[in-house]
Amino acid sequence: MKKTFTISELDCAACANALETKLSTITGVTSAKINFFLKKLYLEADDAEFDFIMKRVRRAVDHAVPGATLK
Amino acid sequence: MRRLPRRIILSAIFFISALFIPLFPVSLTLYLAAYALVGWDILWKAFRYIARGNLFDENFLMSVATIGALLIGEYPEAVAVMLLYQIGEYFQDLAMDKSRESIAALMDIRPDSANLERDGLVVSVSPDTVSVGDVIVVKPGERIPLDGVVLEGNSMLDTSALTGESLPREVVTGGEVISGCINITGVLRVSVTKTYENSTVAKILELVEHAAENKTRSEAFITRFARVYTPIVCAAAVLLVAIPTLVFAQSFSMWLERALSFLVVSCPCALVISVPLTFFGGIGGASRNGILVKGSNYLELLAKTETVVFDKTGTLTEGIFHVTSIHPQTLPSEELLRLAATLEQYSTHPIAQSIRLHNQLPVNTDTLSHITDLQGYGLSAQYQGHQYLVGNTALMDKYNIELPYCHHLGVVVHLAEDGKYLGHIEISDEIKKSAAQAVAALAKAGVHKTVLLSGDRKDIADKTGKTLGIQEVYAELLPADKVEHVERILAEQKQGTLVFVGDGINDAPVLARADVGVAMGAFGSDAAVEAADIVLMDDDPRKLALAIRLARKTLAIARQNIVFALTVKALVLVLASAGLTELWMAVFADVGVSMIAILNAIRTLGSFNRKG
Repeated sequence: MKKTFTISELDCAACANALETKLSTITGVTSAKINFFLKKLYLEADDAEFDFIMKRVRRAVDHAVPGATLK
Repeated sequence: MRRLPRRIILSAIFFISALFIPLFPVSLTLYLAAYALVGWDILWKAFRYIARGNLFDENFLMSVATIGALLIGEYPEAVAVMLLYQIGEYFQDLAMDKSRESIAALMDIRPDSANLERDGLVVSVSPDTVSVGDVIVVKPGERIPLDGVVLEGNSMLDTSALTGESLPREVVTGGEVISGCINITGVLRVSVTKTYENSTVAKILELVEHAAENKTRSEAFITRFARVYTPIVCAAAVLLVAIPTLVFAQSFSMWLERALSFLVVSCPCALVISVPLTFFGGIGGASRNGILVKGSNYLELLAKTETVVFDKTGTLTEGIFHVTSIHPQTLPSEELLRLAATLEQYSTHPIAQSIRLHNQLPVNTDTLSHITDLQGYGLSAQYQGHQYLVGNTALMDKYNIELPYCHHLGVVVHLAEDGKYLGHIEISDEIKKSAAQAVAALAKAGVHKTVLLSGDRKDIADKTGKTLGIQEVYAELLPADKVEHVERILAEQKQGTLVFVGDGINDAPVLARADVGVAMGAFGSDAAVEAADIVLMDDDPRKLALAIRLARKTLAIARQNIVFALTVKALVLVLASAGLTELWMAVFADVGVSMIAILNAIRTLGSFNRKG
């Protein structure tokens, strides 16, 4: 499944790079790309466990950018 | 426009008053109040990062640096650094907002609504709810929300947001319209042919948004550099304190002050933001000129163009065939043309189409039968009791039909009736008006070699090449031969890249084989957009030289930013270890440099002249 999110409070480019790398290593995530300038996250992940994967994605986002939300 | 937060102004007032109050307890209170006022959010953010095990964050480094300064009694320094950092961040955010706005304005081709005809009424709906086959109404001044065919109405369209071309395009009933264009003069009723997500405008936006994902070598370098830079500088800061004080028993506070500068400049932000922004801006600026670049890496390759290989038909020539002369043996010219048009009535070949288009007389196909398509030769058919052959010289040779000698440039279609020669029709393709300028502009842009590959006869291709000033011409090629030629040229090339320009039809293998494949005249053609690395939205070959210049400019700006940021930081590191800097200089090297680099990066968007 492909989904696009907006990451609020993403104002550090280095964090965005680190987050991108981190998200790509999550099991089930086929591709995670961040466009820092548009504050967008393009996520592609397995359909089967999408909800579970999203939980881990949200945790990683919160870790890299405290207080950020995905929309 | 966001305003400078009041707390920063207030903190600055506290700070300045403290500087003038000699009474220590009062000034100390003012310093601490100023510090808390301006820095609490940084400290809070730093705390949250630490709680998540995330060190080396910018907030953390600022906190450590200023708390360090407070501990060694450098109160004014600590406050000044925090203040400058916040003011710098504020200006950096402004610059970033400005960039985001420019990018957003550039990508503002997304239609908000579509006027859908439903049960005799017109309702405004979101474009993504409209289905194929629905009828929409586009009024003057509105943006066409979806691709479609005009059912009713004539108008002029402003395509500049898509193609960079300022001349309006005319559209009439039956014509195709592309989403993203602005309807200028008349009301159009349009039958939708593509859903929103498949429409041109959605494709372009998706392409531009994702283009930044294909990273350039400079971006990859920055990412790797950023990963090691911060830890190394922080480690150096620790060593800068530890070695002199522990080994040489020197003043702790003196070396700590120097080390704090290290912490302040240890964030690679200027580079990490500005370099990708430069490329993103370059891609955005290109798309504004009707040049869609599928990845930043292609800008890098394009900037190093050494050889440009052109496909002929549809790229340098119009790709539209015209009947240029008719040479009958006995029949009147119009009758020969009518006969050819009748026999070719059901053929889809572009040449057959041009013959039919040119014929003005009525056509009667009642007795037309036994049509056999002879691939690569032409066709045979029976008509009004006669056996006809229509096709090229090879077809006539095959049936041993004697031809009169006649030299023509262009494609020649012969006709024969019951084995007897009737005459021939000459058809040719016109060279685009802008083609010669396009080739000249490439030479001016420093392209060493231009090559023409054509499936046409040698004399036609040679003439085209000569007219346009192209250095090497290879003719009578099949699609596979074109790939071979491109591979040979690639092998001969020393450095630099090979760019292939085609019309995106039938040349997908060549587009893929070249370092950079450019499809042109792709206005609304999906196949071309798929196959190419760079897509020229209109069919003006001059856009290629513009794309190369734009790519070079983007790369130059990226290089300026890298050199500028690294030099300033290195300078601060060297001066700081020698004790020649103040902390505020380090703050400038951090946020000030970021801001300048961002403003420099955004030059890629605007300043490019749109006419090329």
